[in-house]
Amino acid sequence: MLRILIVLLALTAPAFGEEVVAGLSQNRVAITANFDGSEILVFGAVKRDAPAPVTGEMHVIVTVSGPSKPVTVRRKEHRYGIWMNTDSVVVDAAPSFYSIATSAPLADILLDTEDLRHRISIPRAIRLVGAPDDISDAASFTEALIRIKTKKDLYQLKPETVIMDEETLFKTQIALPANLTEGAYITRIFLTRNGQVVDAYETTIAVQKVGLERWLYNLAHEKPLIYGILSLVIAIAAGWGASAVFRYLRP
Amino acid sequence: MQIYLPIAEASVNAFLLLGLGGIVGILSGMFGVGGGFLMTPLLFFIGIPPAVAVATEANQIVASSFSGVLAHLRRKTVDLKMGVVLLIGGLAGAALGVRLFNILKQMGQVDLLVTLCYVVFLGIIGGLMFIESLRAIMRSRSPNTPPKRKKHNWIHALPFKTKFRTSGLYISVIPPLVVGVVVGILAAIMGVGGGFIMVPAMIYLLGMPTKVVVGTSLFQIIFVTGFTTLLHATTNFTVDMALAVLLLIGGVVGAQIGTRIGLKLKAEQLRILLAIMVLGVCGKLAMDLLLQPAELYSLGKGGH
Repeated sequence: MLRILIVLLALTAPAFGEEVVAGLSQNRVAITANFDGSEILVFGAVKRDAPAPVTGEMHVIVTVSGPSKPVTVRRKEHRYGIWMNTDSVVVDAAPSFYSIATSAPLADILLDTEDLRHRISIPRAIRLVGAPDDISDAASFTEALIRIKTKKDLYQLKPETVIMDEETLFKTQIALPANLTEGAYITRIFLTRNGQVVDAYETTIAVQKVGLERWLYNLAHEKPLIYGILSLVIAIAAGWGASAVFRYLRP
Repeated sequence: MQIYLPIAEASVNAFLLLGLGGIVGILSGMFGVGGGFLMTPLLFFIGIPPAVAVATEANQIVASSFSGVLAHLRRKTVDLKMGVVLLIGGLAGAALGVRLFNILKQMGQVDLLVTLCYVVFLGIIGGLMFIESLRAIMRSRSPNTPPKRKKHNWIHALPFKTKFRTSGLYISVIPPLVVGVVVGILAAIMGVGGGFIMVPAMIYLLGMPTKVVVGTSLFQIIFVTGFTTLLHATTNFTVDMALAVLLLIGGVVGAQIGTRIGLKLKAEQLRILLAIMVLGVCGKLAMDLLLQPAELYSLGKGGH
């Protein structure tokens, strides 16, 4: 936390004297039994001590990132006449969810060196320390990871969805899909000018199961035997119940 | 109506799950199979993680089998003695199978082995049943040929003979025990109740009447899958109660309907339908192995 604060302090001493002030429509997402996704409004303004500099346009990038975990990516190959898994690469950390919204095409508003430093674009948000020696094309594994996650709507790149007014006010909607996992979702807002990050802001959205979902999840992990027996009791009762009902209906 | 599953961490349509449960339940009641070999791939397809699908499916099978077995008990089409003998073999086999599964897991390629197991066993069983029941139907259409007598084979020469009254059999306990063990091993590896192996084995190896086979198979499946559910719940935490409840509401109702449909059909017709279904699933799985998949890569949890 302290380190983030120091980084933020370092970032908030910008050359242009421009700061981002931002808010979210909600900083807590409750996963209930009928949860089917959530929309979060991210809004804010640029605070200036002096008039805006004339060189270059001001742009905004908003990223929301779910908890990062290692992921194994496996590849199938045609061997002995059938398709089977052969090579695999362990990606050291890949966010479970990653959404990036920008006010203009990403390549136009962010320099590669800045992307590298802040890990903003989707490929940069994934960390692969080293692939096994026998795999020469590790990049195709991370590409596959991004492709599969994008297909499930878990990785989203949405250029030009941040609406900006007068280089000062901005807002965007982030759509959280229904297949979310629990955890702290880190939300970052970057101000860029001439491809350089001028200022950044970071906050978290807490995504948590509540109510029955929470209770079942806790029971399953803390008292697994009771949970297992309860599952069986429900199964037997349902089986008996259906049988009894049908016998009553058609004697 | 979307519903969020707490353990699977996925959001799915509740009516879709009810419908799937119902269809598989009908098949379960009709044929005495748990339906796991159909339901598990279906659950993968709608986006449930494989580990959760396999464990939860075991729980659902308990419910539909229990519902089915009650209907059979009332009609006295369950050979309890035979069921217990099969069950003793089955539990021993399941314990062996779980151990074998873990060894294979360490060697990698366990997914491939499971699929190959499915293709080979479904193919052999489905093919044999299809040919046999087709012949039986042909025979019944031409009444001139005399009905075949029960043949005595090496199975009748084994010791420890005992009377299975409901099945009308006087055979050694060794064949049912062996069948139980083999089915138990395969069930643990393939993550299913094993009914689709058990049913043909009882008909063709033990010579039990088809009507008794279904109830007896269901009786045995309840205990094997109940055991599996507990094992998954306590070691992998992958039983999703919300998913199970939705599937089993559909399943138990389906099983009751299925049992009634099954009683109206002739034994040969029942067998040929089961054979066609088994061959269909086998064909689909074989295609997955033989044809180039659209996505060559797949994601797995964890690493190192």
